[in-house]
Amino acid sequence: MTAAPVIDVRDLHKRYGERKVVDGLTLAVGAGEICGFLGANGSGKTTTIRMLCGLVKPDGGGGTCLGLDIVRDAPLIRRQIGYMTQRFSFYEDLTVGENLDFVAAVYEIDNRAEAVKAIIDRMGLADRTDQLAGQLSGGWKQRLALAACVLHKPKLLLLDEPTAGVDAKARREFWDLIHDMAADGLTVLVSTHYMDEAERCARIVYLSDGKIVVQGTPDEVAKGSGLVTFAATGEGLDLAARSLRAMPGVESAAVFGSALHIAGMNRAALEAATKALDSGLVWREVPPQLEDVFIHMLSQPAP
Amino acid sequence: MNGFSFRRFLALLRKEWIQVRRDPFTLRMIIALPVMQLFLFGYAINANPKHLPTGILTVDHSSYERSLLMALKNTGYYDIRPLASEAEAERGLADGELLFVVEIPPNFDRSVDRGEQPSVLVDADATDPTAIGNAAAALAGLMTALDRDLPPSMRSVPAQVPFQFNLHARYNPEQLTVLNIVPGLICIVLIISTLFVTTLSITRETERGTMENLLAMPVRPIEVMLAKVVPYIVIGYVQVVMIMTIAVAVFGLPVRGSIPLLSVALGLFIASNLALGITFSTLARNQMQAIQMAQFTLLPSFLLSGFMFPFKGMPVWAQWVGELLPTTHALRIVRGMLLKGNGITEIAPDLWPIAAFTLVVGVIATLSYRETLD
Repeated sequence: MTAAPVIDVRDLHKRYGERKVVDGLTLAVGAGEICGFLGANGSGKTTTIRMLCGLVKPDGGGGTCLGLDIVRDAPLIRRQIGYMTQRFSFYEDLTVGENLDFVAAVYEIDNRAEAVKAIIDRMGLADRTDQLAGQLSGGWKQRLALAACVLHKPKLLLLDEPTAGVDAKARREFWDLIHDMAADGLTVLVSTHYMDEAERCARIVYLSDGKIVVQGTPDEVAKGSGLVTFAATGEGLDLAARSLRAMPGVESAAVFGSALHIAGMNRAALEAATKALDSGLVWREVPPQLEDVFIHMLSQPAP
Repeated sequence: MNGFSFRRFLALLRKEWIQVRRDPFTLRMIIALPVMQLFLFGYAINANPKHLPTGILTVDHSSYERSLLMALKNTGYYDIRPLASEAEAERGLADGELLFVVEIPPNFDRSVDRGEQPSVLVDADATDPTAIGNAAAALAGLMTALDRDLPPSMRSVPAQVPFQFNLHARYNPEQLTVLNIVPGLICIVLIISTLFVTTLSITRETERGTMENLLAMPVRPIEVMLAKVVPYIVIGYVQVVMIMTIAVAVFGLPVRGSIPLLSVALGLFIASNLALGITFSTLARNQMQAIQMAQFTLLPSFLLSGFMFPFKGMPVWAQWVGELLPTTHALRIVRGMLLKGNGITEIAPDLWPIAAFTLVVGVIATLSYRETLD
């Protein structure tokens, strides 16, 4: 990361009434990076994204986005970013083509028709150009929204849970598109609840109660958690999981397909637990998965 | 960057126009509402009601009585039917079957002949004073009803009057209520259709979640608001043409003033409603609040503007409130131009208050348009 960071904000604060939604958040995202924003519902992801594009004024702190002040230069920032809202926010009574044409015109793009056609082709929306946006399925709506967000060739993409309620295939294709654009130098900040998506980010930032709890590459986060994970295969996994959950030192016990994963911070306690359970299961230690780490962090009280 | 961009405005306008076109229900309402109201109000509202149900209580059926009843009938206000008993009269008045009960005293003829000046009691249901006002006033003219039946010495003597009034009912010589109602209706239909649709316009974006997106795009508040207003100016004019055509063809409304000037004045009135609607729309958090605000304006516009009741008949404070409403001024302009043939000099005093209102409210709308989600 040699160039100046695309997002560089320090000590952001935002409160709604008594509730601190964002509480001293400092974040730097470099050019061309895909940064994943994770955290429980209400942890401040959406509010942070809105502050970055000037839709919400921070109560304290500040910084820059694309080198522009997030409070003072909000209108300038908006021309250079693409913001995809959590809820579908294009016009359902307009067709796909009309929505895109509207966006292109609002951004005063020259050669509007060409730009719209290019994005329609790139996003594979050609068959649906004349369909009303309200009649699209979730996956297509999200594609339309993404197309509209990148139409004006922004330098930064802010995606707020873009794949919520979208099927696995559409999610995969969506992420392929995002990686494709990042390869062209686009910086992406994306919030998500899906672990497979988090693993596709260059860096993840985990939020809890408006604060960053941990950040780094998915590997760093998993290893840095200090979490110990054992896996077992065999018969009677569900029953074993139930018994294990009640034992001291076992923070989580969950069945993934044919394997039972248990995780905890205390290795000795975990080993004791596996021994105490006389189930005939064979245990082996596995590297902690992101999912285990997040479940672990979700169950921790805020620092 | 911060200036008004015509390209962006056109983009927004195109979008609004598509949305208006795709909403057939609203479109139908916009066409059906004025026509329905015009026929409903045009035919139904009558400030000079005639043929009011009147019951007669009598025992004699004498000849003077017949003359008197004939005279009552000839005024056009009374539809007469005999009653059997006082109880029936009471019941008729109470349940609204009868508006008047005329009680002819016993031995009416003899009393008249003797010069006793007998009283004929007229019971009227005065719950709605306007319903009986003109009919009651007509009684005064019936003092001479028996003159033809009586010997000359007994006839009513025309009083020697030092002077007399000569009423000249101008602009509406037949005093047809419809000629007063229909011009007023133009203003009322416009306020209903334009105020309500724009009141909902921005709150609808907020509720559908599209506002967040719109805010994230480089559009200026003034562009958004103008684009929301312009389609309804067009629709407002369509309504005016519809109402005027029907009013002239069906109700015989005269058009004595200049149509271009009237169009300008109505355009200004439409603009004032749209500005108010947009302001409500930016102030309201949801569509429910927006509708309530619009309704709050609608009632005084009906009652205090002079549409329903004579403006000059209101107490001074109510007239002040009325003067604040664009509808009051628009009503005067439209009535004045259509019925009296008023020109620019006569309507100017009512034109500038609408312009001032539009300006002030427009500024409030622009200032209260939230550019953030806070």
